[in-house]
Amino acid sequence: MEYQTVIVEEKNAVGYLTFNRPQQLNSFNETMHKEVSSVLKAWSKDSNIRAVVISAEGRGFCAGQDLNDRVVDPNADAPDLGLSIEKYYNPLIKLITEMPKPVICAVNGVAAGAGANIALACDLVIAAKSASFIQAFCRLGLVPDSGGTWFLPRLVGRAQAMGLAMLGDKIPAEQAVQLGMIWQVVEDDALKAESQKMAEHLAKQPTYGLSLIKKAIHAAAHNNLDDQLILERDLQRLAGRSSDYREGVQAFMQKRTPEYKGC
Amino acid sequence: MEYIKTSSPKSGVILIELNRPEKRNALNNATLQEIADCLQQLEADSAVKTVVITGNSQCFAAGADLNELSKLDVVSIQQDLRPQLWKRIDEFSKPLIMAINGYAFGAGFELALHGDIVLAGENAQFALPEIGLGMLPGAGGTQRLARLVGQQLTMRWAMTGEMISAQTALQHGITSQVCPVGLTVQYAVELAEKIAKQAPLAIRVIKQSLKSIHEVTLSQGLKLERQHFVWLAATQDRQEGINAFLEKRKPEFRGV
Repeated sequence: MEYQTVIVEEKNAVGYLTFNRPQQLNSFNETMHKEVSSVLKAWSKDSNIRAVVISAEGRGFCAGQDLNDRVVDPNADAPDLGLSIEKYYNPLIKLITEMPKPVICAVNGVAAGAGANIALACDLVIAAKSASFIQAFCRLGLVPDSGGTWFLPRLVGRAQAMGLAMLGDKIPAEQAVQLGMIWQVVEDDALKAESQKMAEHLAKQPTYGLSLIKKAIHAAAHNNLDDQLILERDLQRLAGRSSDYREGVQAFMQKRTPEYKGC
Repeated sequence: MEYIKTSSPKSGVILIELNRPEKRNALNNATLQEIADCLQQLEADSAVKTVVITGNSQCFAAGADLNELSKLDVVSIQQDLRPQLWKRIDEFSKPLIMAINGYAFGAGFELALHGDIVLAGENAQFALPEIGLGMLPGAGGTQRLARLVGQQLTMRWAMTGEMISAQTALQHGITSQVCPVGLTVQYAVELAEKIAKQAPLAIRVIKQSLKSIHEVTLSQGLKLERQHFVWLAATQDRQEGINAFLEKRKPEFRGV
């Protein structure tokens, strides 16, 4: 399939989705929304893809919404910003968080607005040293969307989340790591290799088990301890029936490296 | 049987699986007839204590069979045997547990509402989409659901056909538990087994008592409950239950 706004590559069981509107700092227009969604949907169901890497071309990662697509004429009727959120951003965040395999985000440059929150929705975020995160919404009178107000307090605590969301400062990658917002910072020219290495490692791991971990950690955000303990029991029950678990135990007993199939 | 499969995963428990996956388990007359016939047989089999009905992991039952429905005009629909089939399912006297994964739409939702206890998988989605076809739910959907969740939600759901997630269903008492999809049937069967081990006569009158709550007034219901209570005093299982408790051992119920 031909894509206008993204580059799609599948290699060694890893799906690479690269935003490709570098002139517009990879901001989302309608075409890009549709293309990103169709690729992620397909990978979500494709058992040959066992890890996903989201990254971007050019100097920025993603500047969120392409404002050229929105009504900004001060004399026009108020636009319904909820529409594009309902139609595109919310389903995109769900596609990422509900993807039954690890999703890595390689942040190459500035991640602003929805762009920052799309990155935070991913399971593991690696950023280049020169990358940065900006909750730009407050500068225009808007609210962090695409899960921003949900992810931020859970990642960095309420005090820091308030500061990030109300002041809209540019947070360099290294500070983002210190805050616990992202997993890792690497040198700019190592970003591609490091994210690929991580993805290829994960693509050989017990994918089904990883999907259950992801599910449990997401559920923890709204469960109380009792419910979470029950969920852990249920998920462990399911995990124990997987062939990867069998293989893992066998390999351990036979003192060899396990060969996981992801199911 | 063409459209359902039965098995006995635990002692005293029968599992009925709707098995028409290519039609997403649409409840045509033949399927409904098989369920009613099967339940009638199980009714008479004293070794059977509880029954679980389920579909598959993607779909419980996606509605009625529209090809069948479209052929009925106002005259033939009056003579339709479906109401009789639903009645026979409703009259099953042993505990009926529904294990719902995936879609339970229209007649599928109404079948779920015939269950005494409903367990839902996380992917369960309930809906009354009849309105979209210019119809109304015709197997107790407006009645049973309203008695379960109240008028507000039922009006809304029946008039819009909106989907109801497993979590929403839990919140409003349509299901008593939400399970990971891969465990729904197992947990339903385990629950059925737990109930199968109880005193059958007591289970029977509990079901009768509870099913009467929408038929009679509270004072009549209380009288009925009292009668059942007195009646149980004549059973050996009640004696066994009390003795076992006092002697700190597990009771052995025999259904007498």
